[in-house]
Amino acid sequence: MNPWWSADWFTSRSDQILAATRQHVLLTVIAVGIGLALSLPLAVLAHRRPRWRAPVLAVSGVVYTIPSLALFALLVPFTGLSKTTVEIGLVGYTLLILVRNCLTGLANVPADVVEAARGMGYGGLGLLLRVELPLALPAVFGGIRIATVSTIALVTIGAEVSYGGLGRLILEGFQNDYKAEAFGASVLCVGLAVVADLFLLGVQRLATPWRRG
Amino acid sequence: MSIWDQTWTWLTTASHWTGSDGVTGRVAQHLELTAEAVLLAAVVALPVGIALGHFGRGGVLAVNIANVGRAIPTLAVLVLLVLALGLGNAPVIYALALFAAPPMLTNSYLGMSGVDAEIKDAARGTGLSAWQSVRRIEVPLAIPLIAAGVRTATVQVVATATIAALVGSGGLGRFVVDGFQTNDYGQLVGGALLVGLLAVVVEIALGWLEGALTPGRRHLAGTSSPASIDPSMTLPAGASGQAQRSS
Repeated sequence: MNPWWSADWFTSRSDQILAATRQHVLLTVIAVGIGLALSLPLAVLAHRRPRWRAPVLAVSGVVYTIPSLALFALLVPFTGLSKTTVEIGLVGYTLLILVRNCLTGLANVPADVVEAARGMGYGGLGLLLRVELPLALPAVFGGIRIATVSTIALVTIGAEVSYGGLGRLILEGFQNDYKAEAFGASVLCVGLAVVADLFLLGVQRLATPWRRG
Repeated sequence: MSIWDQTWTWLTTASHWTGSDGVTGRVAQHLELTAEAVLLAAVVALPVGIALGHFGRGGVLAVNIANVGRAIPTLAVLVLLVLALGLGNAPVIYALALFAAPPMLTNSYLGMSGVDAEIKDAARGTGLSAWQSVRRIEVPLAIPLIAAGVRTATVQVVATATIAALVGSGGLGRFVVDGFQTNDYGQLVGGALLVGLLAVVVEIALGWLEGALTPGRRHLAGTSSPASIDPSMTLPAGASGQAQRSS
């Protein structure tokens, strides 16, 4: 019998696997959602006010240097062994990816397009929402996809704070020397990342129909 | 006692700093794991990346391998390798090396494939053999990117080596994992501070070292050697030192 694969594990533990997967997805969606909500304004600020560029990138980069396990531990004095601890850490790691991609997208909007839009009477928020952001969308989506895939992998470390989704099962498989569980949960985790990436690619194609064909 | 008081007490207790399970011992283990993993990865990934870049083959693989790696959780690789090979340093070093290889492969490929074709022709024209051209002209020109790849990989391995404590490995992550297990918050937060400090110190030290070892741009600007034709080469934006956090 192959110790690394057990259909029995999937069926007998399906409730637990489903709950872990749900937690995994939820942690990821919230982290990327909050990350995007913070990153877009930061990127717009850095784009419109070049003086803010360096500080914005520096702040989002600092978090990135700290290893995840240590970051979760450093948040424990403030937020305890809670979902919030994991979520704050995950959001922190999405910032650099998302801010950088949003900023690249905005910076790559051709200057003559912006000029033409201004000539047509666009300005301020209208220019941003109707011209610049739509044109930056592919880069923004690129950032969302990278952030989502990284976050799905990173959630597993949250198992140390009891909120790790499928990471909990991977660690449990290790602790009980149960190879089929460790491998099965790992496969599900990678599968989740692939499915999420394809899903976002589909959304991106729907959101930017002018780039198709 | 607040967690910060406990942390302060833990950090200032002399016995926590000495011995193989003290801070100094753990830092040594951490750096040893990191060095061995980076060395192993470099021995495998750099020649492959350099060869692929020189021949201009396998670019899709070399550039996308980092994207594939992003989807694979570090914890999963560590757990699976330790379950397969048993407890010990070897499986941990293999796992860490797996995560160190992609940035080195990608960057050495990009560095080599970015060397101007005219420079290669000129090198061959002056009578250098293909091997001499690679060794004396192309690799030196690719060094800035290769060095950036090694730095990125090393910084990542320092972070990932922390996770290795979850599968019984030594290193600074031990304090964090043990702190979680025994609800010793002083050790938990103290250990986490040390891990963060080590990561920042390594990042700064390698950045400095990279600058010192690759004076290329400064040096080449003032010479008329073929290398100064286009020192900036043609690099995709953000390719070097592309940050990645999966641990």
